[in-house]
Amino acid sequence: MALLQISEPGQAPAPREPRRAVGIDLGTTHSLAATVRDGVAVALADAQGRVLLPSIVRYRADGRVEVGYEAQAHQAEDPKNTIASVKRLMGRALKDLAWTGSAPYDFVDGPGMVQLRTVAGVKSPVEVSAEILRALRLRAESALGGELAGAVVTVPAYFDDAQRQATKDAARLAGLEVLRLLNEPTAAAVAYGLDNAAEGVYAVYDLGGGTFDISILRLARGVFEVLATNGDAALGGDDFDQRIVRWAIAETRLPEPGATDARRLLLAARAAKERLAHEQAAPLQALLADGTRVECMLTRATFEALSADLVQRTLGPVRRALRDAGLAAAEVKGVVMVGGATRMVHVQRAVAEFFGREPLNNLDPDQVVALGAARQANVLVGNRPAGEDWLLLDVIPLSLGIETMGGLVERIIPRNSTIPTARAQEFTTFRDGQSAMSIHVVQGERERVADCRSLARFELRGIPPLPAGVARVRVRFQVDADGLLSVSAREKSTGVEASVVVKPSYGLSEADIERLLREAAEHAQEDMEVRSLAEARVEAERLVTAVRGAIAADAALLEGEERAELERLLDALESLARGTDARAIRNAIAALNRASEPFAARRMNEAVRRALAGREIARLDL
Amino acid sequence: MNNPFELFGLPARYALDAQALERAWHEVQARVHPDRHAHAGEAARRASLAWSARANEAYRTLRDPVERARCLLELNGVDPEFETNTTMPEAFLQRQIEFRETLEEARAAKDVAALERLAADLAAEARALEAEIEQRMDGAGDYAGAAVLVRELRFLHRLAEAVEAAREPE
Repeated sequence: MALLQISEPGQAPAPREPRRAVGIDLGTTHSLAATVRDGVAVALADAQGRVLLPSIVRYRADGRVEVGYEAQAHQAEDPKNTIASVKRLMGRALKDLAWTGSAPYDFVDGPGMVQLRTVAGVKSPVEVSAEILRALRLRAESALGGELAGAVVTVPAYFDDAQRQATKDAARLAGLEVLRLLNEPTAAAVAYGLDNAAEGVYAVYDLGGGTFDISILRLARGVFEVLATNGDAALGGDDFDQRIVRWAIAETRLPEPGATDARRLLLAARAAKERLAHEQAAPLQALLADGTRVECMLTRATFEALSADLVQRTLGPVRRALRDAGLAAAEVKGVVMVGGATRMVHVQRAVAEFFGREPLNNLDPDQVVALGAARQANVLVGNRPAGEDWLLLDVIPLSLGIETMGGLVERIIPRNSTIPTARAQEFTTFRDGQSAMSIHVVQGERERVADCRSLARFELRGIPPLPAGVARVRVRFQVDADGLLSVSAREKSTGVEASVVVKPSYGLSEADIERLLREAAEHAQEDMEVRSLAEARVEAERLVTAVRGAIAADAALLEGEERAELERLLDALESLARGTDARAIRNAIAALNRASEPFAARRMNEAVRRALAGREIARLDL
Repeated sequence: MNNPFELFGLPARYALDAQALERAWHEVQARVHPDRHAHAGEAARRASLAWSARANEAYRTLRDPVERARCLLELNGVDPEFETNTTMPEAFLQRQIEFRETLEEARAAKDVAALERLAADLAAEARALEAEIEQRMDGAGDYAGAAVLVRELRFLHRLAEAVEAAREPE
């Protein structure tokens, strides 16, 4: 594909060691990390040569934590302390979860995210996910030979704000510098599009272990533009396994199994399902705790009949995504299949029938997301491969709004808006002399607040006493490139201001994260001080390179004493970075950031001016 | 730079060269998008976020036939009076009432074909209005006169949204 070839002002590729960056696919059933080596994206294997890490974490009474295959081996014997499919719990309250009845965990209900009681104490899904991410970070550091400069972590495109925030918190907790949260279908499109020089409209059908996404993208001249996305954040391969378990219980007239037996049956069901991708019938065999041997034969026809409705459920979001994109199925040039669950024969068939074309399966559906994320991480960290350049324009999956009178939602940012985005709306008071306004931020497509997800509540106080309808409160929503929302409100006549980064309802507080980071480091017997210093140095190096590059490229935009001041701060930071005082390095980073703000803003304005100037020249050529 | 036409270097006209707009949008984003500055300092990242959001909003404004018209009215000193002026010509109101009735009947009868016909009728009506707005603004330079047409177009869009919602059972 013809790629955009715009070298960034001041970022001419300097010959240096590439920075270490990874893409991480944090999946419901398994996770993996990938990196770009010599220009090629490769998945990172463990010491045994295995790429996939089962997303399973076991907490032991002795305080040790097992992750992956080690945890999986004890899944059946210790189900309460062995957490699988934790992704389904991210950013969710107990009441949001329909399937908890069948899960063997000891759930702790609370005002925010659901938690789990284990022998090692109460754990939040964020902490459990962080264990998986930490295992992948350690794998990557040993494979790449040192501290990572950054990671791109993927999330289902249909994840809401609470789920995204929870994922980002987990990554931070795992000691990762998160360069970006990237939508899984978009990551797959990057891997697929760049490997196949694709142009045109593509659909990415991503059926994972616990989530379903459909994204419609247009690929042209190096731009990956997501036109629409839809999905179901609680539908995946796990649900097909459950269907098989229910069938097997009925078929063999088993009594309702306990937690241990339920796990054994689930593992047997999954094995049978995987065989059915290649065979017409598969035996389902499990040995239960009391010695009962469960044995039955599952045919592909039976399996398809008992899960046909699940496959159909994926087509509703596909239709909605196409409608939002303003396209018909026939206009889609290719359908990329992502996620292990797309190996099921009836899923392949349903997608082929819907789009009237055979779907594309030429990249490993288990790895394609991580490979795309790795390529994006490589670019974001500053290792821009020569002559290779692309731009991702992604969207927000669900509308954002606030509650108005009568429990109705006023939409401020509609779904499928390209991010980042910022939008404001004015509201007024309901009663005479009203001095405070309660702002309730919600996400979802329904008209009633009760049917949407509540993200946060905050109050704007100190509104001057005015008759009803006179005060003018401007509520501003900003969604960043990770799809994360921040909200601020301002009364216009007095300038009274309130703002929140939306996270209180479901996220962890900054203090929680600090505490957990410390605990985690102690636990892993990593030296917190050493780690903190290493991180500060990485950040310092990054900033010094960036600012020096900017000065070299745009010295003309510096005013008066600005250059001398920046040079002074740069030298100070560099000399501190050679020392061992992490705190002093961070202070110097902050000082340099502050001082370079006006220069950065001027450079951005200049970049826009140049973009348009280039365009006018192109126009004259026509 | 709060004028979206200026941001993309496009003439401030109602008639839109959609391809030129998209190209300009991509070119601006290629320079300001946060992915381009992820490894830069915090100051550059903040400026990038603000600019990228602004470019996306400007793109959305210009692509939307109502928002583009609203923007042109405001640039030419005409208040679009979206919230304050609800007087519409008699004939237009009559048509709206008919459309509403068709919608309610189709919704009650769950008549998908009727909803699709209605959506197509509304789209045709909207295209005709857009042509009229274009003529009034770009041809005659009569922005004040175009304002009532823009309010009508907004009305039609709202109705089309209601039709979409009816076509989309939960």
